[in-house]
Amino acid sequence: MSAIAPAGPATVPAPAAAGVPARRWLARFTLTERALHWVHATAFVTLLGSGLVLYLPPLSELVGRRPLVKDIHWWTAISWAGALALIVLLGNRRAVARTVREIDAFDADDRRFLRGQRPAPQGRFNAGQKVNAILTAAFALLFAVSGALLWLGERNHAFRLEGTVFLHDALMYVSLVLLVGHLYLAVINPKTRHALHGMTRGTVDEEWARVHHAKWVAELEAARTTDGAVSPVDQNAT
Amino acid sequence: MATPEHPQENIGQRRVGRGAFLGVVGLGVGTLFAGGAISRATRGITQPVTDSVGLAGVIPSDGWRIYTVAATMPTFDEQSWRLTIDGLVRTPLSLSLADLRDLPRVDQVSSFYCVTGWVVKNVKWAGVRIDDVLKAAGPQAAGTALTFTSSERPYVDSLTLKQARLPDVLLAYEQDGKPVPRVHGAPLRLVIPEMYGYKSVKWVERITVTPEAEVGYWEVRGYDRDAWVGKSNGYES
Repeated sequence: MSAIAPAGPATVPAPAAAGVPARRWLARFTLTERALHWVHATAFVTLLGSGLVLYLPPLSELVGRRPLVKDIHWWTAISWAGALALIVLLGNRRAVARTVREIDAFDADDRRFLRGQRPAPQGRFNAGQKVNAILTAAFALLFAVSGALLWLGERNHAFRLEGTVFLHDALMYVSLVLLVGHLYLAVINPKTRHALHGMTRGTVDEEWARVHHAKWVAELEAARTTDGAVSPVDQNAT
Repeated sequence: MATPEHPQENIGQRRVGRGAFLGVVGLGVGTLFAGGAISRATRGITQPVTDSVGLAGVIPSDGWRIYTVAATMPTFDEQSWRLTIDGLVRTPLSLSLADLRDLPRVDQVSSFYCVTGWVVKNVKWAGVRIDDVLKAAGPQAAGTALTFTSSERPYVDSLTLKQARLPDVLLAYEQDGKPVPRVHGAPLRLVIPEMYGYKSVKWVERITVTPEAEVGYWEVRGYDRDAWVGKSNGYES
């Protein structure tokens, strides 16, 4: 699986137009991280769509075919879990482990960031992205557990718990709010939407990163001076 | 090769992400057990809010969930629709909606409990008692149970005659002042408030008097035939 491919060099000099300083690109996400993101995103949208058909009475009536929609919902969930497991298994596990470590750690600047205080120089992930990632991971697990219980409970009432429906529905509402915020920051807000380039191509503009992820850029520069042109990203990616 | 994980000073760094993750997961697992109570307690707040922003009827804020088993929901034509009464009866019947409306009308308010945990309190039903429907057909002495067949194939369920004669069992043609909507089983559904909703067959088109209670759609799948609210399907403990 090509997800094993290491991230490109930390800085990729773009061809310089005459008189314009060359744009420098920093490798932010490995192929493994991007594959995880897009598999999760695709599965989430499919699950949301099929789930709303099952959940909203007007849509249920319009579409019908509840057993088929249930099957789509169920098999999307199975494929989602399987694909995530495969990507982690066959992909760049070191990059995933490093991402998990970074998301786990909140420093004083992260707390300032969450309180809205500035300046609060941020690492490769800002504190809001860390919170989003933690909630997304926790919700994914809870969605899977409550979904499995709904499926099992339909076949054997020993698995039917009183709050399963409530939990699955509540997760959907909270996730929807998170998704709207995420899409606004990633696609609409001009200040932050450059981040999408990192999730599609893997790289971000160094000048943009200097503003939004100052600590990360400083780390890359520190590593560059100690190890020559090799960045920590390259080493972790091998 | 040793690369400093964080070459920069990260003042006051704490590994709190995993704690937050486990906390959210723990909270979620807790609602598996308390979720029913939470949703009942918050309904009074959430329903007026969703209704006031025009979401009534779009999201199931009134508490109803629509569960079906077939590819399409049944539709009916008022002119050709008939309710069949057959099995162990002296005279098999075929009743139109007008015939049913000519029978004594009963209005009742009762709550609807789904075995999956949701409840709709105080639903206003109107319809006819089963005995009033059966009377003209004349059940034979050997008949001790009724099988209710839905237009939604292959949904079927049964009640003993004793259960069907409980004072709040209704064949409903109106719900909350309007004809029973399609999603709730138009034009006729069974209502047995003391049992979980899977016994309250939607889209009833045939009532068959049988020598004994037959096994229903969900009962084949492990659910109790006598689905008393709070006393069956694992709720008894």
